[in-house]
Amino acid sequence: MTNTSSSQPSPLSNSLRSGPDDRGRFGIFGGRFVAETLMPLLFELDEAYRAAQADPAFREELDYYLKDYVGRPSPLWFARHLTEELGGAKVYFKREELNHTGSHKLNNVMGQILVARRMGKTRIVAETGAGQHGVATATVCALFGLKCTIYMGATDVERQKPNVFRMHLLGAEVKPVTAGAGTLKDAMNEAMRDWVANVADTYFLVGTVAGPHPYPEMVRDFQSVIGVEVKEQITQAEGRLPDVIVAAIGGGSNAMGIFHPFLDDASVRLIGVEAAGHGLDSGKTAASISRGRPGVLHGNRTYLLQDKHGQIEEAHSISAGLDYPGIGPEHSWLNDIGRAEYVGVTDDEALEAFQVCTRTEGIIPALECAHGLAHVMKIAPTMAKNQIIVLNVSGRGDKDIFTVAHHLGVKL
Amino acid sequence: MSRIQTRFAALKKEGRGALIPYLQACDPDYDTSLELLRAMPAAGADLIEIGVPFSDPSADGPTIQAAALRGLKAGATLGLVLQMVRAFRETDNETPIVLMGYLNPIDSYGPAEFCFDAAQAGVDGIIVVDMPTEEADLLDAHAREAGLDIISLVAPTTSNSRLFHVLRDATGFVYYVSITGITGTNSASAADLEKALPRIREATDLPVAIGFGISTPEQARTASRIGDAAVVASALIKTMAGTLEDGHATERTVPAVLLQLEALAAAVRA
Ligand SMILES: Cc1ncc(COP(=O)(O)O)c(C=O)c1O
Repeated sequence: MTNTSSSQPSPLSNSLRSGPDDRGRFGIFGGRFVAETLMPLLFELDEAYRAAQADPAFREELDYYLKDYVGRPSPLWFARHLTEELGGAKVYFKREELNHTGSHKLNNVMGQILVARRMGKTRIVAETGAGQHGVATATVCALFGLKCTIYMGATDVERQKPNVFRMHLLGAEVKPVTAGAGTLKDAMNEAMRDWVANVADTYFLVGTVAGPHPYPEMVRDFQSVIGVEVKEQITQAEGRLPDVIVAAIGGGSNAMGIFHPFLDDASVRLIGVEAAGHGLDSGKTAASISRGRPGVLHGNRTYLLQDKHGQIEEAHSISAGLDYPGIGPEHSWLNDIGRAEYVGVTDDEALEAFQVCTRTEGIIPALECAHGLAHVMKIAPTMAKNQIIVLNVSGRGDKDIFTVAHHLGVKL
Repeated sequence: MSRIQTRFAALKKEGRGALIPYLQACDPDYDTSLELLRAMPAAGADLIEIGVPFSDPSADGPTIQAAALRGLKAGATLGLVLQMVRAFRETDNETPIVLMGYLNPIDSYGPAEFCFDAAQAGVDGIIVVDMPTEEADLLDAHAREAGLDIISLVAPTTSNSRLFHVLRDATGFVYYVSITGITGTNSASAADLEKALPRIREATDLPVAIGFGISTPEQARTASRIGDAAVVASALIKTMAGTLEDGHATERTVPAVLLQLEALAAAVRA
């Protein structure tokens, strides 16, 4: 066993795509801030992941599942009616909501479960916010016959009932977490506690580009299939790259996945949309970059919502998948070097965008990506008609209809 | 010699291991925890660990999680914890004090300022649960300069070769997390400890404290004999929590914890 990561130096030394470094850092962000008990496991995972990457059979196996099980590639849809209604830039949707289980989450889960199998792990634990990652994880565990325990904040269990039922149907054990506000951060703590207590047989399947190295890198790599496809698809459709790419940010995995293949294409503006909750200055937000500062939580250094004494604050968002006080470390770095921009969208703006999307395109989006759409609705009208925006529609909104109905005053 | 070295050297002469009780700062309030802290040495504490409350104690079980929450509700901050140590040092300049907590409050305070202020306040060592060797350069130089020991943690999952890596520059004592798990849940058996300790002693000459899952006097005695010290945390906090009414201290709170501490100390000294 080695004591340092074996990540190879990238051949693209002038590239923004070569991170993280050997310590798992993107600039000052990232790292491996975990209890000693877990360190050997992180090295083991790192080794297993490098070996998988270097093995053509792994790539082949993953491609097979991505195509025939997940349903990739996902289409790039020109949202004609929405574009006309907004009266500016052309808006394209990357249709991640069409993946099996209804979101981008399965891209990452599919990759990690194959790694876990290579490592001989027989039990999977995961955290979930909206339940999309939990459903995706429970799904592959059903597929491969692995034991599965999902930690979910009690508040989220309440507001994402359909997904809880789905996970049960898939044979997973769902453990509600009552600590804190009972949301994603608390579920993450509890999943880490389970992992540390069951290191021998258990694989921790992290759902976003956060956590200790190598998770942010590995999850990004598995999600990058989104951006790789967009590059090909938009070039085919328009003969050029988009001007702007927009994605909503919870932990940042769907955004990292669509951003990463474009990091070196300086002409492409990358915009991450954080949940502003009741408003960026309301004290009830999940906007870690806009309203947080760097600190250490859940294994990595990144922007965090915290008080002046370094206690982590509760996040707030109407969307359970965005309700997290941190953000993946690579985003923190992209923000600080100015390569990507991070903006906030409120609960109300997201609700409005949710309805506009449904009405104009016949697509019910997840509340998470409705945040992205709300920002698209702000900027598209200010752009020229020959300019192009790609929005990552990271998931479908069926899971959110109860929340939306409640906010619209409709009783289901 | 540091207070930690002096204490372990004295105990070695006595021919026994140390008892290290743990309390969470400001649990359930500043005054009660200071009163408890001050009374601990007379009740048999050889060193004392003070938990620094953190909002997200991901290596701790339900008992310490609840204690941290009570501490935070009572207004605990890292600054206040240092004030508590200063107050303790007014009457006790010998019992080593080790702070145990998570990195973010320290990071937020400022690593250099924290190490300086902690040493000034009379802290002897710090245990940062989520700062493994690979990330310790954040505090190392500052701690060394301030004369503060960073206590290294090792676990059952730490391989023999990694033990040498982790303990190469270790100071103070070594903290052996005796189970793969969170605080206050499982316990390691004497046989487990008998197997683990020689592995650790190969890699270091420092005293080895054993913690996580030690709750009974019998377990404390075993651990203090196989290792050089036994850390008891959740068991004491459970007792304290049982005396609270609506989360507030009662007149039973301090005596109940001290009574249990005396029983533990008697076993370690027997
Ligand atoms: C549909 C959808 N989009 C976005 C997110 C946010 O996660 P991330 O930022 O990692 O993509 C979630 C999380 O649950 C989700 O379900």
